[in-house]
Amino acid sequence: MSTQVDSPETAPATQPAPRPDRAQYGLAAVLLVVGLYTIYDATTLEAGFADPVGPRVFPLAIGAGLAVTAVLLAVAAARGSRPQPEAGEDVDLSGGTDWPTVLKLVAVILLTIATVNLLGWAISGAILFAGAAWALGSRTLVRDVIVGLVLAVGSWYGFVVGLGIPLTPGVLDGIL
Amino acid sequence: MDNLGLLWEGLQAAASPMNLLYAAVGVLLGTFVGVLPGIGPAMAIALLLPVTYGLGPTQAFIMFAGLYYGGMYGGSTTSILLNTPGESASVMTALEGNLMARAGRAAQALATAAVGSFVAGTIGTLLVALFAPALADVAVEIGAPSYFALMVLALVMTTTVLGASPLRGFLALFVGLTIGLVGLDLNTGQPRLTLGITQLVDRLDIVVVAVGIFALGEALWVAAHLRRKPAQVIPVGQPWLGREDLRRSWKPWLRGTAYGFPFGALPAGGAELPTFLSYVTERRLTRRGRKDGGEFGRGAIEGVAGPEAANNASAAGMLVPMLALGLPVTATASVMLSALQGYGIQPGPQLMTEHADLVWTLLASLLLGNLLLLVLNLPLAPLWAKLLRIPRPQLYAGILFFACLGAYATNLDPFDIALLLGFGLLGMAMRRFGLPVLPLILGVILGPLMETKLREALTISGGDPAGLVDEPLAVAIYVVLLLVLLGRPLLVRWRSRAEAAVAVDGADGAVGADAARAEGTDRAGVLAGTPGTTETEGTKGAGR
Repeated sequence: MSTQVDSPETAPATQPAPRPDRAQYGLAAVLLVVGLYTIYDATTLEAGFADPVGPRVFPLAIGAGLAVTAVLLAVAAARGSRPQPEAGEDVDLSGGTDWPTVLKLVAVILLTIATVNLLGWAISGAILFAGAAWALGSRTLVRDVIVGLVLAVGSWYGFVVGLGIPLTPGVLDGIL
Repeated sequence: MDNLGLLWEGLQAAASPMNLLYAAVGVLLGTFVGVLPGIGPAMAIALLLPVTYGLGPTQAFIMFAGLYYGGMYGGSTTSILLNTPGESASVMTALEGNLMARAGRAAQALATAAVGSFVAGTIGTLLVALFAPALADVAVEIGAPSYFALMVLALVMTTTVLGASPLRGFLALFVGLTIGLVGLDLNTGQPRLTLGITQLVDRLDIVVVAVGIFALGEALWVAAHLRRKPAQVIPVGQPWLGREDLRRSWKPWLRGTAYGFPFGALPAGGAELPTFLSYVTERRLTRRGRKDGGEFGRGAIEGVAGPEAANNASAAGMLVPMLALGLPVTATASVMLSALQGYGIQPGPQLMTEHADLVWTLLASLLLGNLLLLVLNLPLAPLWAKLLRIPRPQLYAGILFFACLGAYATNLDPFDIALLLGFGLLGMAMRRFGLPVLPLILGVILGPLMETKLREALTISGGDPAGLVDEPLAVAIYVVLLLVLLGRPLLVRWRSRAEAAVAVDGADGAVGADAARAEGTDRAGVLAGTPGTTETEGTKGAGR
């Protein structure tokens, strides 16, 4: 059903020889694996008592649905269907994907995950802000660190004192 | 009358000085975050959810109300001053609004948007107060089979009616439903899809999912394609409306409200369709009996007043299914409902009966928040416009900072930041592959509820699948669903024709011959909330 409804969007006649978007096969493959794993996971469950549906039916249906739509996406990609990437205020789709920036941001967040309990939010958050700004191309490191510290310490006090949510003080325990 | 009495009580509860302060803080924070480029209302609320963690439900609701309307208003400010709407609902506002701003009438465009939002929001909220309780009375009688059918209808409609590609909509929906499966099965207590990770047994925190998909996903996506030249911001003075502007605005406000409210209440994609209809109507009406074709295409105030009112009225209309049925039909509603879950309030038809006081406080706060928005934001507009000049690295670093803070504050466990990162990468991939976000987030929220209702319905019928069509209402809903699916090709054809007409007229007929050829790409662009082609053509026409 989906492919049939989908066909007007592909409209191959109006576009001059679109390059197939091969990355879509990758997405389809990942989603197919997730769908199949969901089905497998469902088969390991035991049925309950007095429950004609049981815990399996719903995941089986969802897993099957995901797997089928993933295959349909691969078919549509092979037939030339191209995605419409999301545009936005600061998005420039004319260039390629800037992977170094994305990887740097991911690294900064991973660093935050690793250090937040040890260093506390006030320090980790400041590093997060300054690091992310640097990754995105800012070269005013001193200013970014100061802004990051103000944000992090301010939010720490805001959450702990204002909202009663005890964010970790970390190494600054007793100082903050 | 009874409803108005309850609303009055809600107003009294909401109007204490302390609560007014919360409403004002909500309005200011909401506008602040909504003005920032790249942040829509859903993302604004998701980012600001943690702020309400420490509050009681009443105060939190009052703040939500402010955040909600504030975020919406902030979004329209951005689209008028930058000409690059962050969400599909602002596309139509940006069209004429930005032309007005370039013609030196930014102040009037912002003013008609603000007052129009206030008028539409107030009328819309009053309509919710009238309709929702009546619907809720009926809703309590709705049995599990019908409720299941309603959810199927909402999911299928948001997946197929919206967006350029239903296939990608369904993919997003199934991914969302899969995310919703993670955790303990409610009946048998067995873990599903937890991969043996203890933190996942407790089900995924919807705030982490929403902030990851909306905020972090967006930030990563923008980071991968950051426009190196900053967008041009049009300076703005004090917003005000002259007598002539007011005379031209008030009818579009009311007509926009009339379009927006009913569409907002339906699971048909929120404000996208009514803003479009309002734009088309206003254009036709101003052109009638004029040889020069009116100001449309050169910055007509009607083209801002109408769609902006429609946008806000549909935001109010969305509350009807959300409060009466516990059924979210937009991304913003889903985030708000997930916030309710944080207070142990389950979405569903009992919402309005079991938590009546909260609901009435929310409605009253929406009225108050709307008023505060007008009072605070008209004078503050030049300040908000300055926010658009924040350097992009610091802006997106800030979004990352607050996204991580929000995720961390949910459980004080770094694992949640890791989850956030995972969902952020998923959100980025969805933007890359054109998968719509709304079906996913609805799938996450409605999936578990659907399973509960399905099992309830089939337990009653003793496992017989016929139990799903046991009630006349359920049968009726499935018939509606079938009609929608059958009628979709017609709708798509009608819309692509109407939108091509907008593109042609925007260019003053200059590209008329090209329009038919460009129809396919235009439609895809507008539907995905990216009016790139339409807008550049419109601008060209204006400069001619």
